[in-house]
Amino acid sequence: MIGPLLKGLGKTLEQMFRKPITIEYPERKREVSERFRGHPRLLRDENGRIKCVACHLCETICPSKAITVEPEGGEEMHDKHPREFIVDLARCIFCGFCQEACPKGAIMLNRKYELAQYRRDVLVYHKEKLLEE
Amino acid sequence: MGRGGVYPRPLITRCKRHPKEKSLSQVKENRTRGEIRPVLAQRYADGWGVGAKRGRLQPSASPPFAATRRQVSVEKPMSQYPERLILNVGPQHPSTHGVLRVVVELEGEVVVRCTPDIGYLHRGIEKLMEARTYQQCLPLTDRIDYLAGSANNLGFVLAVEKLLGVEVPPRARYIRVIIAEMTRIASHLFWLGTHAHDLGAMTPLFYAFREREQLMDLFEAVAGGRLFPCYFRIGGLARDLPDGWTTEVREFCRTFPDKMKDYETLLTRNPIWIRRTRDVGVLTVDEVLDYGLSGPVARGSGIAWDVRRADPYCGYEEFDFVVPVGQNGDTYDRYLVRLEEMRQSCRIIEQALDRLPEGDIAVDDPTITYPKKTDVYTRIESLIQHFLLVEEGIRVPEGEVFHHTEAPKGELAFFIVSDGTSRPFRVRARTPSFVNLQVLSKLAEGRLLADLIALIGTIDIVLADVDR
Repeated sequence: MIGPLLKGLGKTLEQMFRKPITIEYPERKREVSERFRGHPRLLRDENGRIKCVACHLCETICPSKAITVEPEGGEEMHDKHPREFIVDLARCIFCGFCQEACPKGAIMLNRKYELAQYRRDVLVYHKEKLLEE
Repeated sequence: MGRGGVYPRPLITRCKRHPKEKSLSQVKENRTRGEIRPVLAQRYADGWGVGAKRGRLQPSASPPFAATRRQVSVEKPMSQYPERLILNVGPQHPSTHGVLRVVVELEGEVVVRCTPDIGYLHRGIEKLMEARTYQQCLPLTDRIDYLAGSANNLGFVLAVEKLLGVEVPPRARYIRVIIAEMTRIASHLFWLGTHAHDLGAMTPLFYAFREREQLMDLFEAVAGGRLFPCYFRIGGLARDLPDGWTTEVREFCRTFPDKMKDYETLLTRNPIWIRRTRDVGVLTVDEVLDYGLSGPVARGSGIAWDVRRADPYCGYEEFDFVVPVGQNGDTYDRYLVRLEEMRQSCRIIEQALDRLPEGDIAVDDPTITYPKKTDVYTRIESLIQHFLLVEEGIRVPEGEVFHHTEAPKGELAFFIVSDGTSRPFRVRARTPSFVNLQVLSKLAEGRLLADLIALIGTIDIVLADVDR
């Protein structure tokens, strides 16, 4: 009767001499994997121009309707880019479908995962913010 | 009691007044404050107790809570038991595994009737799916049982693939099996930790979560998501495995049986654990069949019903594994069954890794899966196909389909009606938790309130799975 209890206690004691596997989170942050789906961001091409051509595919595939794209024509022929690109991070579910759907590789999810804010409107990311991310 | 904002505190109905108590409000105050006040102490000393029946218990008789297992007639209306106590367990209670509210009628510490009140986590997933394309439904299925995201993905994609009449390449099939079995282990580990924690054993929780964390890291490495991997796609997988991933999984399978010995050392022969679980919540074969229970709950009662064996999908017939069954159908047996299932899942993963073929990870059909990204960047045909698939979605032929899979918590089935468009006309998810929860009131009747916590744990419900 008491034997199994002591064995269990022994197992617990044994663990006391092992290194902890926990991380003291806010001070030390966990390394996420390469494929981690974090916050969405927009990319620039080699000339520093926004890669996005405002084709609305990400907006279409987004299951939670977090993306809004407003297109705008440029000076050159066939030039189209977003005048405004809004991702509501409070709606985003980080599924990565936008990245999968983008035919230009212009949107991708980075490896940031912290989302706590005091105000909701801070989480509505506009074009400039998305390019900075 | 309203649902919004009211803290569910014990609700006292009518009760007998002790001569020392001045008014009924004082009685209520005594009981709801949670502290034994002088008058309440006097009540206990006189053998009146809180739930003592009028005239039954004499002051000199044994303490009012000694008779724990007495049979109480459930059919009698509430008014016949003026001293019966109604207690709300949940919805915000850590041991209800989510937002389950159980309205418990107590006589002393004995549960006379228990009524689960569900719906707090209803997201309307089935309805939401009707407004989304089949691809967009996938993240929703992740969230049906959030402890086993990939298992839900699998059930849904298999149902849609059955309707489409496509067969995924062998590599995708094997990877699906690996991920699904890893999900089973992760879900069972979560169950083990929380169930033991509910019953007062805190240590297994940390050990179980230690291993579950390894699995979560593996999910993250392969799919990018931890709880919601969303890795399976209709027609295959999202991406191929990353380099070195299979080695890590092998390493996990190698060390995991040793880790399981830790849990067993703490629980299996522990006399406290045995007393809390053995002969608690006994389910007979007939009861299991009557209630339509499935998964480890059914197997604990000796019914060897496992969809992986009974109606194989994903090529489960090729794998060598045992479907463990219990003998007594009690909480302890279900505990043993789930432990053994974790070992068997480990075996399946190892076999799948051994046989994992090279090849494609998705069907080569531009109306179902996206063309390769490199083709989309360079070839106009692929770009057009890509645009069509995103804009219009997968057109699923008209018809209806039923497909069931063995999710960690039991039989998960999807019934999909398609009207020929790219959005489902109707999706019905038969989730194991919802069906298994129905037996809770039957199990809890006549048992102690403390057993209710063991029973909620042993049927292994997730409220997101119950409410959808």
